[in-house]
Amino acid sequence: MSPDLQALRRIAIVPAFNEERNIGRVVAELRDFDPGLDVVVISDGSLDGTAGVAEAAGARVLRLPFNLGIGGAVQTGFQFAWENGYDLAVRCDGDGQHVPAELLHVVTPVLDGSADIAVGSRFVAGDGYRSSASRRIGIRLLALVVSAIAHQRVTDTTSGFQALNRRALGLFAADYPHDYPEVEGMVMTIKHRLRLVEVPVRMREREHGRSSITALRSIYYMAKVLTALFVGLFRRAVVPLEET
Amino acid sequence: MIGAQTPLKVSIAATAASLVLVLVVFELIRSRRLRERYALLWLLTGFVLVVLSAWRGGLNTIAAWLGVRGYPPAVLFAVGLLFVILVLLHYSTVISRLSDQNTILAQRLALLEQEVSELRPETQESRVEAEAPAGQ
Repeated sequence: MSPDLQALRRIAIVPAFNEERNIGRVVAELRDFDPGLDVVVISDGSLDGTAGVAEAAGARVLRLPFNLGIGGAVQTGFQFAWENGYDLAVRCDGDGQHVPAELLHVVTPVLDGSADIAVGSRFVAGDGYRSSASRRIGIRLLALVVSAIAHQRVTDTTSGFQALNRRALGLFAADYPHDYPEVEGMVMTIKHRLRLVEVPVRMREREHGRSSITALRSIYYMAKVLTALFVGLFRRAVVPLEET
Repeated sequence: MIGAQTPLKVSIAATAASLVLVLVVFELIRSRRLRERYALLWLLTGFVLVVLSAWRGGLNTIAAWLGVRGYPPAVLFAVGLLFVILVLLHYSTVISRLSDQNTILAQRLALLEQEVSELRPETQESRVEAEAPAGQ
């Protein structure tokens, strides 16, 4: 770990919904990766032992009283990080598909000041991440639309494997999209003239449980995201939180 | 036999009204008074009505299929009514969920307030001070 990293207050934000079988390992791997990294798990109205397992693994746990959805859960983490004065936040899903050892790649551009947000992408390197055809088309389409709006090539608009500096935290603590926030979050980032970079990462297939996006939902998902992106073009930008 | 036709004036008026609906919904989303999640059904309603209103041939054909012989724009009413029922039903489920969540929030808040007031030392002191004169 480099000395400048040690000087920073840094936190891992891990949203989890009914992930008692995965969350323990995620937290342990995060603490393994960097013992100075505080881990906060947001249990998004989980009905299983997610919160207890996370606490036992050494994480701080925010228990949401009911399921807010990924956007609301992650934003809770951003607000926690903002209010507690963290300089650097990483976001990592609680289902185990993000490999904490890969965080070094994601954190680097934010640490050296070349980006406000770095997003780990499965597709930059093209190492053959497998998924269904309909999903690949959806991912492609979203990448095209976001790239066009952002005037910047992006490949993985749904990746929740991210590193953010305090400026980005202030923006997302104030306003973060709700249902499937990564796509709109990318557009918000660009709109606010924050610098976003994608870095290639490896991701794991899910080991336990199922992804929250099922085949039937993906049409609804695309309709909603495309509507949100389109309307977002006509929206006035929000004001990020200020240091007090 | 050629079925009944949609009058042009009805078509124009209905198209204009449907377009206004779409624009109003759009503006509500843009100004963040309506979440995308709850707007999709409205947008779908608006688009279907725009298409059926503007495309007279289509409306006439659909009316003929459905056995509406006298007045094809009646199909517009039926479709509009169907969507309104869908939206209302959807909102009923949304309101039910909100009211459940509201209950949970109020309960959590009450429990937290009680916990905080026990944890906070100055509260206990001030309570003691406040009670002291009354006790003497």
